[in-house]
Amino acid sequence: MITAGIDMGSRSVKVVLLEEIKVDGAPQLNYSVKKAHLMMPGDIDADQAAEKAFTEALAAAGVSRDQVKSVFATGAGRKQVEFATEGVTEMTAGARGAVYMYPQARTVVDVGAEEGRGIKTDSDGKAIDFAGNEKCAAGAGSFAEAMSRALQLSLKEFGEASLRSDKSIPMNAQCTVFAESEVVSLIHSSTPKEDIAKAVLDAVASRVCAMVRRVGIEGNVVLIGGMVHNPGFVQSLKTAMDVDQVLLPDLPEFVSALGCALIAAERQH
Amino acid sequence: MNAEVAAASVAEAAPEKKEFWRWQENTVWDENKDWRDAKIITCGIDVGSVSSQAVLVCDGELYGYNSMRTGNNSPDSAKNALQGIMDKIGMKLEDINYVVGTGYGRVNVPFAHKAITEIACHARGANYMGGNKVRTILDMGGQDCKAIHCDEKGKVTNFLMNDKCAAGTGRGMEVISDLMQIPIAELGPRSFDVDVEPEAVSSICVVFAKSEALGLLKAGYTKNKVIAAYCQAMAERVVSLLERIGVEEGFFITGGIAKNPGVVKRIERILGIKQVETKIDSQIAGALGAALFGYTLMQKQAKAA
Repeated sequence: MITAGIDMGSRSVKVVLLEEIKVDGAPQLNYSVKKAHLMMPGDIDADQAAEKAFTEALAAAGVSRDQVKSVFATGAGRKQVEFATEGVTEMTAGARGAVYMYPQARTVVDVGAEEGRGIKTDSDGKAIDFAGNEKCAAGAGSFAEAMSRALQLSLKEFGEASLRSDKSIPMNAQCTVFAESEVVSLIHSSTPKEDIAKAVLDAVASRVCAMVRRVGIEGNVVLIGGMVHNPGFVQSLKTAMDVDQVLLPDLPEFVSALGCALIAAERQH
Repeated sequence: MNAEVAAASVAEAAPEKKEFWRWQENTVWDENKDWRDAKIITCGIDVGSVSSQAVLVCDGELYGYNSMRTGNNSPDSAKNALQGIMDKIGMKLEDINYVVGTGYGRVNVPFAHKAITEIACHARGANYMGGNKVRTILDMGGQDCKAIHCDEKGKVTNFLMNDKCAAGTGRGMEVISDLMQIPIAELGPRSFDVDVEPEAVSSICVVFAKSEALGLLKAGYTKNKVIAAYCQAMAERVVSLLERIGVEEGFFITGGIAKNPGVVKRIERILGIKQVETKIDSQIAGALGAALFGYTLMQKQAKAA
């Protein structure tokens, strides 16, 4: 049996196809992911983007559309995925996917393009509590993205540069719009780029950490969402949360889509 | 960046690099009067985060001002703002009896005799511009937004400020103007050129505004309607700040956004009151208040002597 999970984020669509096979009579899961289809401003509409990403995922996996038993959607734009039969919240999907990958995880930190959140989960991957901020870009990927633009560094260089700094420069601005000016004035005052990069990522981490603390940091922490690709942020987050280890999945931006596909499969039983 | 450099960079800008956010810098003075006839000349300089103003007050009356964009350092911005008006009227720094600095760069005005907070200065300026009936002032500045209560003398009795978030500030409006590719001065009038008044945009955050605006345009909104939805959001945002402090009659708006009827009229609509009218440029309220404080101080000194 094959199910699909589609995570319709604010900036990208992620698709996971999940296959349940029987090995010696016991069910086992295999999943394949399809590289996210990024949506840029001015790109095609959200519903078309979902359709396109889904079609590509099916082709890559060599699966036909009618072989897919059910499609569930999650993410901020989940209502725009017209061919999905059901929607689940980002909290439900994120917790489910993270615990499937790391059964020992109890605190899930999800930092995407436009929202950061902390989720508390039980051993079944059920979200018990969460805290997030969808009103403001300050604790999300967009903030880091805007600042890397101001620093004229690629996102990859930006995350790596931050690791080379041991300075802690506090940022006064909370707002992304104001922080951009602050970064420009730091550049003008000849502050090394790596120190500015660290200051920015520390600021994002401290905002995210404040949300996670609202649900409480318990047990193993797993970080999901696109910001996992930024090693500087991961380091800043560890420091802010005061934990030695944060579990980092290989395909962090697909974890919620995977959780979504898992829930779709469970509902079939 | 001084005025010449700014002008040159605008001239060189390629059409696709057009700076829609750039608002009108202006120099104004009373041509029916001669400043040389004044006994006491005081000056207020408001170095804000986005704009800087120099105001000249002759014997307690507004004489002239210069308003321009703040450059990358406060002392130069203060100097350029004042030089801009002095050059045009043939005045020298030594002709001015007293200079008061205000705004976020107030401690960096090298030739100022004193620094006074912009809260106090805006209240004093609003009291002059709108008269002594002004009680509630909304200052919509470049990077912050303040709600101020004052008494009949223009003395501050209470205030609240939001400087954490660009939504509801001039900077937020500049971002929208660039995003929609509409010159900032046209946003207000265009926002009323709609078939139906739209709901406010749901994203408070200016950063998310980009994706929301695109979504609205795709959903069939005209540009004007998107602008209207932003003006409404901005109005709702500042009204929530105002309501925390309470709004008394004698309501007056200062700062750059006071020039945007798209926001002002919507604030009036939500509050159900009209703001006190004035013919004076709302953006100079802080610097005007500073210059008036300077005049009061000079009078006190004269009495003491």
